[in-house]
Amino acid sequence: MTPLQELAATLRAALGADRIVDDRQELRTYECDGLAHYKVTPGLVVLPRDAEECALTVRACTALGVPFVARGSGTGLSGGALPHAEGVLVVTSRMREIVEIAPADERAVVEPGVINLQVTKAATPHGYYYAPDPSSQQICSIGGNVAENSGGAHCLKYGFTTNHVLGAQIVTPDGALVELGGAAPDTPGYDLLGAFVGSEGTLGIATRVTVRLTRLPESVRTLLAAFATTDEAGAATSAIIAAGVVPAAIEMMDALAIEAAEAAVACGYPAGAGAVLIVELDGPAAEVAAQFGEVRELCERNGAFELRIAADEAERALFWKGRKSAFAAVGRISPDYIVQDGVIPRTALPEVLHRIGEVAAAHGVRVANVFHAGDGNLHPLVLFDAATEGEAERAETVSGAIIDLCIEYGGSITGEHGVGMDKAKYMPRMFTGDDLETMHLLRCAFDPAGLANPGKVFPTPRLCGEVPRQHSATDAPAPAEIF
Amino acid sequence: MRWSKAGSDDHVGGVPARYLAAPASTEEAAEALRAAAADELAVVVRGGGTKLHWGLPPRRLDLILDTHRLTGVVEHAAGDLITVVRAGTRLSELDFGTQQLALESPLPGATVGGALAANTSGPRRLLYGTARDLVIGMTVVRTDGTVTRSGGKVVKNVAGYDLGKLFTGSYGTLGLITECAFRLHPVPPARAVALCEAEPAEVGRLLAAVRAEQVVPSAVEVDRTESGPVSLAVLLEGTAEGVRERAARLEKVLGGTTGDLPPWWGTYPWPPDGVGMKLTARLSRVPDLLDTPPGTTVRGSAGTGVLYAHVTGDVGGAVERLRATAVRAGGHAVVLTAPGEVRRAVDMWGPVPGLELMRRVKDRFDPQHRFAPGRFVGGI
Repeated sequence: MTPLQELAATLRAALGADRIVDDRQELRTYECDGLAHYKVTPGLVVLPRDAEECALTVRACTALGVPFVARGSGTGLSGGALPHAEGVLVVTSRMREIVEIAPADERAVVEPGVINLQVTKAATPHGYYYAPDPSSQQICSIGGNVAENSGGAHCLKYGFTTNHVLGAQIVTPDGALVELGGAAPDTPGYDLLGAFVGSEGTLGIATRVTVRLTRLPESVRTLLAAFATTDEAGAATSAIIAAGVVPAAIEMMDALAIEAAEAAVACGYPAGAGAVLIVELDGPAAEVAAQFGEVRELCERNGAFELRIAADEAERALFWKGRKSAFAAVGRISPDYIVQDGVIPRTALPEVLHRIGEVAAAHGVRVANVFHAGDGNLHPLVLFDAATEGEAERAETVSGAIIDLCIEYGGSITGEHGVGMDKAKYMPRMFTGDDLETMHLLRCAFDPAGLANPGKVFPTPRLCGEVPRQHSATDAPAPAEIF
Repeated sequence: MRWSKAGSDDHVGGVPARYLAAPASTEEAAEALRAAAADELAVVVRGGGTKLHWGLPPRRLDLILDTHRLTGVVEHAAGDLITVVRAGTRLSELDFGTQQLALESPLPGATVGGALAANTSGPRRLLYGTARDLVIGMTVVRTDGTVTRSGGKVVKNVAGYDLGKLFTGSYGTLGLITECAFRLHPVPPARAVALCEAEPAEVGRLLAAVRAEQVVPSAVEVDRTESGPVSLAVLLEGTAEGVRERAARLEKVLGGTTGDLPPWWGTYPWPPDGVGMKLTARLSRVPDLLDTPPGTTVRGSAGTGVLYAHVTGDVGGAVERLRATAVRAGGHAVVLTAPGEVRRAVDMWGPVPGLELMRRVKDRFDPQHRFAPGRFVGGI
């Protein structure tokens, strides 16, 4: 028996046959996440129903030295949930209970498979919502959000998943259930929760998550501003930030992205726009009213040729529809595309956009730009046709060059999609060998055997080595010894 | 690099150091710590010295690494709302004009590095979060003298592990923080403070009423002296017309007044040589923390569930009782500072979940246990 066969037998006996998938055809349905051009058929899929089953699965993997990968809804865009051919894929889709909604504590406790938007839906009747809103929020899971430290359009004002997770029960890679953080803030000891969020499944699996609920804003106002060029839209963004306004969101799309969105969802953006900005303000009505006028004026002063103000929720939804559907919409104007995710200092936006344009032109591919303009998070969509000889390679080159630009301007290789499989190779361009070694120290503390999501985040496999143990005398002195 | 013999003031919790080093750059700090590693010296990092008496005294101490020369703002990119600051810089000396680092220290003279290492916070943590939420990048010298960075200079960034969070609140047990990048916030043009006094039994209702009002306070603080009513103060920041309207609403809800920040705002309730505790609770149970043993005063962020207590009289009994209350309320009770005889008698930290994992982290980052040995949870 291979270790995987042995594992399958053990888990089938312990958990029941309905928790195990080992049929070749069925396994293939799990072969990729949202980054579909990487495909690996998992050795085995396990669908635990609760934390205990999840821990038991991990313990069984550890006992046999079998690697494991966690997967939520499989919407990740960096291949973070790409399975391991000789390993187990632990899928949290059966752990979907909302354990507690506690508005008086401004907290909710959920299982990792719970869908992001469901938390907001459960909290809204109490006057609350869950702030992080990745574009995939209708299908992505909280467990996946924790692994990736997901962002979203509104993180400019409200922060990322890490700012909204207060506690988590996790299965460590040796199969122990450990509580990190908790119901109250500032748990004593190291902030292991802070280190865990965004660790992309390499430090363990979250089995229960306590999230912060945010009071619904009294007022939300949204405007759509059309500009002739991205330079003007960028200047308007800078002016808004310089005025001391912190909008809930500032989103930008360029002409090609607008064209795609129109083709896909007929969002009716102003004709002839070289760029549109969606600016949303929220908060107490008196504050929003005071700042909204200022934002309008700043857009006009920086060249907006048309301004639309959402009169109601339906119109607001229409503004956002174009933006939120932008990735998929690009499929209407190009048979294939790469979604890139990089960050630059916001003030470098106009310059970097020009350089992206130059790189794209030099390689004969088109790039549609969609981005969170407020925080400099770019999502260039590199368009290509895989059927045309050499075009996929050229698109890949342009995509990589965009990441090089982000690094050159002092930004980041990923703002919200994660490193995963896809960007591990770029890590040495952003960090030194010593930096990566330091990160690896943390990994070794959690996972000395390197079984949790191996091959992700770090560019090259590393071994952990033994830690020299201390003598017990210096390890745990009686308080009296101190003086 | 300045090395010197330690003076009579160079001790930590009564444990004298042998040497003092005061590097003026990350490179100099790395050089010092490489030398310390070669000689297996035990090291404690000292910033403004305002919290040096927090935690337990070190099990052993050879070198105090002082950051008073490691100062200054390296970069302030106003258009990007970020700054990079050296760790020895005092928080009170930071001036970003119309922008601010929304990190306040209750202790005057505290440095950036010290505030981060001890994870202190001020009233406005309700709106802006704590150090962990504001740090976007960190430069650290590891215990073996290796210089490393994590994060970066952009606010949105998920590349690699977020080691800035691991070092925040680590009490100097994992290495030396030399430089931090922070996100900044605009300074709001106006502010208003809504104030009221209430019986302890009323506080829960009032706090819930403030939350229900959708006025987005920057801080909700309470202060309870040993006897008498609880003072409540709510800070609103924003535009002039906005804060006026919001304050008027709160005045009505609280049945109080609008005024200035009270004198106790943003300070700890204990005197320099007193017993100071940090008490936390889930939000709905904050009123439980106000039901204090005799001789105890409580103050802090009712809006986030993080309060501070000054304990007098039967300290051992009071700590035990406060800890039981906090734990029942979903939180913790930590003795932050106390005279030596009290430290020896009480459990400073109380129960710490995940301690085994924390020990494993310490073992990897400081395998010889030379950095602030014994100062932190579980003898780390």
